[in-house]
Amino acid sequence: MLYAILCYNSEDVVGAWTKEEDEEVMARLAVVQGRLREQGRLGPVARLLPTTAATTLRKGGDEPLVIDGPFAETKEQLLGFYIVDCADLDAALDVARDLAAANPGTGSYEIRPVGAFFPAGRGA
Amino acid sequence: MTDLAWIDAALSSARPQAVGALLRYFRDLDTAEEAFQEACLRALRNWPQNGPPRDPAAWLIMVGRNAGIDQARRRTRQQALPPEETISDLDDVETPLADRLDNADYRDDVLRLLFICCHPDLPATQQIPLALRIVSGLTVRQIARAFLVKEAAMEQRITRAKNRIAAADTPFETPGPVERAERIGVVAAMIYLVFNEGYSAGPDSDRGQLCAEAIRLGRLLLRLFQTEPEIMGLAALMLLQHARSPARFDANGEVILLDDQDRSLWNASMIAEGLALIDKAMRHRQPGPYQAQAAIAALHARAARPEDTDWAQIDLLYSALEQMQPSPVVTLNRAVAVSKVRGPQAALDMIEPLAGRLAGYFHFFGLKGALLQQMGRSKEAADAFGHAIALANTPAEAAHIRQHLDRLLKDSAADAERRAAGC
Repeated sequence: MLYAILCYNSEDVVGAWTKEEDEEVMARLAVVQGRLREQGRLGPVARLLPTTAATTLRKGGDEPLVIDGPFAETKEQLLGFYIVDCADLDAALDVARDLAAANPGTGSYEIRPVGAFFPAGRGA
Repeated sequence: MTDLAWIDAALSSARPQAVGALLRYFRDLDTAEEAFQEACLRALRNWPQNGPPRDPAAWLIMVGRNAGIDQARRRTRQQALPPEETISDLDDVETPLADRLDNADYRDDVLRLLFICCHPDLPATQQIPLALRIVSGLTVRQIARAFLVKEAAMEQRITRAKNRIAAADTPFETPGPVERAERIGVVAAMIYLVFNEGYSAGPDSDRGQLCAEAIRLGRLLLRLFQTEPEIMGLAALMLLQHARSPARFDANGEVILLDDQDRSLWNASMIAEGLALIDKAMRHRQPGPYQAQAAIAALHARAARPEDTDWAQIDLLYSALEQMQPSPVVTLNRAVAVSKVRGPQAALDMIEPLAGRLAGYFHFFGLKGALLQQMGRSKEAADAFGHAIALANTPAEAAHIRQHLDRLLKDSAADAERRAAGC
């Protein structure tokens, strides 16, 4: 079974780390990732940019609504995610609109730029 | 990271919201700050044992509020008259505050906290330290070091600023949309001032940390007002400029110009965030000065090599910025782009009318010298560089121009030799 492990934390706190503190944490995480990779168990790892960089496409109605900011509803749950290479936010929104058209009804797509992407984890 | 470091980060990130709420409650900056300090002390005692609360800001507001009330009661008890009314007054406010802890009020709390630091009576030299003290929670010593003044002098400056705003009317009522927009604009300008204080300093000085602090404040403002394209632009602008810091100075602390910077040293994740934000802002089609400047910075960030820079687009963006925010400095910056697109003569024609207004401006003479140098007018170029050195704000700026001058003198000496040798 593949498992997705989603990371939650206060971005205020993480954002307040100094460069050294951030690197220290990343180095420790890289050790864990390195272990998993050696065992051939690690898939892609991504670090997302802050929620201030997020845009949300909300389904419903004729035309999905574009909203600045992250997905903020508590009545819906995270069901899946895509990582797509896009030239810009408009291109990413187009992808999300296609997805919305293929799966109409309620729900939202939060579009978050990826800050760092490691196809098979970091660490030696 | 140790527990203590975590607590420290949690306290400083909760600070704007907590002090903002305590200020709304106590309507006095000193009381609000003292109450917050007390709450922090209790957090340091309590959190390591009981674990951190789910919502540190709410915890600090509740504890700070109670500590402030205790303090007020103790104070009134020390005074002669029975404090009955005061106490019952405080109790009256207590209930609504608790109800309001969870709602959107905190946006206006934080905005108010930032806004009072921008009081028009306060000169920028007081606004910035005040914001760093009250909103960011830097110590007076840290701020003093950033401004290269003695701690006592900085203490005095901050106290004076606080007294001035205590005497002024602080707007405690919830602002209407127009007022809110105005406040956001004023606060954004103050945040950009903080950034520029840091940006104009050297790389490793204490002052350089002001850039990171300004970015933190910018992100904070953006998180509160997520649909404001100018705030996205401001955050993007600061991130894109700050991303270049590792490449902006050489080992001797001398300025390295954009064209000569090692672009591999630029901070990739800051650039990614800045590009994402300006991208997001532009979709609103409500241009503004921060967005225009961020878009210019984005074009530099997108160019892998200096020669890949889209100068024609930068020229257009500067001309848009000139319309929005006419200033000789903007025109001067535009002239750099013009020199790349249409050559040094066109750029020189553009900046010559500015000579009167920029007679005391280092960068005017620096650019003028460089343009004249490109056109082979060495003597005039040397003249302009001489002016620039005299007007330099930092030793690094002066040293940079001196390099140009040395090169120029060497070249013209070589020319003279060649001429003498009849080549």
